[in-house]
Amino acid sequence: METILNIQNLNKTYKSAGRVLTVLDDINFSISTGSTNAIVGPSGSGKTTLLGLCAGLDSANAGIVELNGISLGNLSEDKRAQVRNQYVGFIFQNFQLLPTLTALENVMVPLELRGEKNIKARSQDLLDKVGLADRGHHYPAQLSGGEQQRVSLARAFSNSPKILFADEPTGNLDAETSEKVVKLIFDLNREAGTTLVLVTHDLELAAKTHRIIRIKGGKLVADDKTGNE
Amino acid sequence: METVNYNRKINFGWLFRMAIRDSRRNRSRLLLFISSIVFGIGALVAIYSFRYNIQNDINDQAAELIGADLTISGNKTPDAKLKALTNSLGDQRSQERSFASMILFVKNKGTRLVQVRALEGGFPYYGTLETVPLQAGSAFKKGKYALVDKTLMMQFNAKVNDSIKVGNTTFIIAGLLNKAPGQTGISSGIAPVVYIPLKYLEQTGLAKIGSRITYSYFYKYNRKQNIAKLIKKIDPQLDKAGFNYDTIETRKENTGRSFADLSRFLSLVGFIALLLGCVGVASAINIYIREKIQSIAIMRCMGVKASEAFLIYLIQITGIGLIGSVAGALLGTVIQQLLPLVLKDFLPITISAGISWLAVWQGILLGLIISVLFALSPLVSIRNISPLNTLRLSVDDITTIKDPLRWLVYSLVLLFITSFSYLQLGSWMGAAVFTVGIAIAFLILTATAWLLIRFTRLLIMSSWSYIWRQGFANLYRPNNQTIILTVSIGLSTAFICTLFLIQQLLIGQVTLSTGENQSNMILFDIQTSQKKAVADLTRKQGLRVLSQVPIITMRIDKVNGKTAADVKKDTTLRISPRVFTYEYRVTYRDSLTSSEKIISGSWIGKAEPGKEIPVSAEERFAERANVKVGDKLLLNVQGIMMPAYVSSIRKVNWNKISTNFQIVFPTGVLEDAPQFNVLLTHVPSNTVSAKFQQVVVQQFPNVSIIDLGLILNVLDELFNKIGYVIKFMSGFSIITGIIVLISSVRISKYQRIQESVLLRTLGASRKQIFAITALEYLFLGALSALTGIVIAIGSSWLLAKYNFDMPYNVNLLPVGIIFIVITLLTVIIGLLNSRGILNKPPLEILRSNT
Repeated sequence: METILNIQNLNKTYKSAGRVLTVLDDINFSISTGSTNAIVGPSGSGKTTLLGLCAGLDSANAGIVELNGISLGNLSEDKRAQVRNQYVGFIFQNFQLLPTLTALENVMVPLELRGEKNIKARSQDLLDKVGLADRGHHYPAQLSGGEQQRVSLARAFSNSPKILFADEPTGNLDAETSEKVVKLIFDLNREAGTTLVLVTHDLELAAKTHRIIRIKGGKLVADDKTGNE
Repeated sequence: METVNYNRKINFGWLFRMAIRDSRRNRSRLLLFISSIVFGIGALVAIYSFRYNIQNDINDQAAELIGADLTISGNKTPDAKLKALTNSLGDQRSQERSFASMILFVKNKGTRLVQVRALEGGFPYYGTLETVPLQAGSAFKKGKYALVDKTLMMQFNAKVNDSIKVGNTTFIIAGLLNKAPGQTGISSGIAPVVYIPLKYLEQTGLAKIGSRITYSYFYKYNRKQNIAKLIKKIDPQLDKAGFNYDTIETRKENTGRSFADLSRFLSLVGFIALLLGCVGVASAINIYIREKIQSIAIMRCMGVKASEAFLIYLIQITGIGLIGSVAGALLGTVIQQLLPLVLKDFLPITISAGISWLAVWQGILLGLIISVLFALSPLVSIRNISPLNTLRLSVDDITTIKDPLRWLVYSLVLLFITSFSYLQLGSWMGAAVFTVGIAIAFLILTATAWLLIRFTRLLIMSSWSYIWRQGFANLYRPNNQTIILTVSIGLSTAFICTLFLIQQLLIGQVTLSTGENQSNMILFDIQTSQKKAVADLTRKQGLRVLSQVPIITMRIDKVNGKTAADVKKDTTLRISPRVFTYEYRVTYRDSLTSSEKIISGSWIGKAEPGKEIPVSAEERFAERANVKVGDKLLLNVQGIMMPAYVSSIRKVNWNKISTNFQIVFPTGVLEDAPQFNVLLTHVPSNTVSAKFQQVVVQQFPNVSIIDLGLILNVLDELFNKIGYVIKFMSGFSIITGIIVLISSVRISKYQRIQESVLLRTLGASRKQIFAITALEYLFLGALSALTGIVIAIGSSWLLAKYNFDMPYNVNLLPVGIIFIVITLLTVIIGLLNSRGILNKPPLEILRSNT
């Protein structure tokens, strides 16, 4: 199977109060196209940092991050932005919708950036798919948490990404809404053939993926279907 | 494998759309930010419109300002050669002798020093002598009639057909004079004009040797004449005779130049209002961008490039700046209708109040440049916002000092302030001083805030109550407003307080001491033969003769061997040409007076016969003539050449009312030269003054009297009017300062919402949050106002010393009031802004801020 994400000897350190803090230490793995993957670990284990590096939101101190064959380490932030626009979709724990844009406009942004045509109809279709056809003209503040996450989902799929990164997608939702959102994520993912990488400490959610990568203290401690060390 | 298109073109249409979308929930806030430039732009548009209208009006009315095609004037009796010349010029000609003299209103025995103008001929050829009745302007020349200035008529309750006595001759008042060419309301207040026919001047007995008479000749050409060419031809002869010329063109230039000075001063005050507004814009946009970090990070996640994110907000600020500028231009156009009313007493022309589109466009352009330029510093930091903020909001500073673009923006701001102040002040030195002054004020305030942040942390004691600890901790915790509020409130206070202190000093200059031993009446033009009699008469009236000073008129022919012609040819000599054209009034004495101090050389009180004459030069005269101790002067004392040298340089306190001189001779040289005398006395009341003046005028009609009480009244009125203009213009700065204060404090509200809500959720009472907020703003307001006041005291001291050359003192009471008002205003606005948070349930606010 083709590799969409390749991580080699990845290191990330921060300076805090004059001390060097190693957040990720020699991480190695690769992810195949179309697979579903979960990165799990306790709070502070470095999983969100790892997601940020994999998605090109940050740069590593050492090691290689290759996304769809492109080495992100050699790219400027602006070039990484264009890689993200072309290949990556995001879902965040706190939804991260632009508060001054309507639901429909939020979904349209990645497509508008690419200068594509027939954007409105396509975005409306996506809202339809997540069950918010009649909420397109509402602002995020006028939507419930579950609705906001569904808009975020529609936005994540709007640019037909090759890989979707989800950071605790159900972290801010109640159990019932979480279930609906998770179903939507997996359905849309299957339908679009997208690779899914989700960061969570919800093992039940992680169990729905093909593969679980377990991080602890900045190190990769397990990499299997069950997530056992 | 697909390839990424890294060279995606910027889609401006989308950027505009995003700018509009992003502004949706912030428009009222953005308008508040930008409202701080509205008054500054308004003030400048008003002043520019006023300036352009004046230029047009001067061009249209220049002929009426001078009243003739050509005027020649000088204060020497014209010699035969010059007489021949004056008789050969023009198709129509008039002449005038003017001088200061006392007049007596026969009916009520009132006396007053006036400017007598003895006129012959059809002058003015352009415009009229505006009189009541109308025909009096020309009819007065037919007999022993006079035209008397309207303020004088009012002051002495005189009517047409009453009599006045000028010297030995009585004239009937033919009409009251409303306006003569080139005359302003203020000038007629200081030296009111009385016109009499020239043919009766001799009879008055005032045109004697020693009288200071100005001879003027007015010419009109029936056909178009190349006046400039004519001037070129006759100028050397006029120059030699010590006469000046004035044409419609030169009057245009001179009047335009003097109004340029006035409008420069006003524009500078307007510019200060605008700069204050800029501080408001910069601080507001800084906080606005900080609040936008999350949105920008989301956009960056979606693939928006740094430059695109920057452009989205640049478009937003430009749009809102345009709205602010248009509003400012509209306001300026309205204010401009008021300026001629405020300034009419200073103007010799009728000012039109039409809309000046050039000024409107300039104002809009300036507003746009300013709002973008001052917003650029916070805007460039958008480029440093990481998309990682979507995952984990970083408290890292996005404003990196190392960013070269940031330094470029700072340089552009400095360049803009320097260039714009140069345009207002007309001097690079002045512009540099102004810019450096502002930069220093900015640095002092930033340093104060920085120190406050560092030291508050150390000062807070654990024994303090929670409210005090929390209130003070707000000054240094992350997302604090300390630097921005200190700089904006401090700069506003500094500007407002400097204007106020300077205004107080200027007005304070007029309130001169009139103590027993201070002279408040000056008698001059006393002939040597009258010297003793006038002194006796003064004592007979029960008044003290405080001093009697001889005065001799003279000119300077050479400075260190260089003549006026040499100075004209060689500008490196650094001698002002005025040194040679000026007619000096000098005195001789053997000692210094109490208002003089030797700063270089030594005082010589007695001249040695047969040797070069040692003279003492006043400091500023020495500067103009570029002379130092030991330098040579060739003095022309009424035709007799006297070689002299500078033996000392004196500093003179010109503010003290006494007879002060630019050049002082020692005794033993000028005793026999033609001279007149000045006598200084002190009159205790207006009644004594009026009685004394009547007696002097009746016995010595040639003696003129300056009643300082009267002059003080006129000056007081003049300064009131100037003060009004200053207050009117400072009003813009004050309003802007308050808007900046409101917007600075208001924007900080958004920073405090989250934690106030959390505190309320955790059980803090409204009263506690109120007290925490009040303490934070009280400390910020007090410290900023105090620093601003210290800066204002420093800058006003520098201005007083180097610009206005006047003694400095600070009236602490109004300064204290400014301090209290600014501090309270900060606290009140801060509390008013927090009211919304205090009155609503925490959940409602939490939901609305999701």
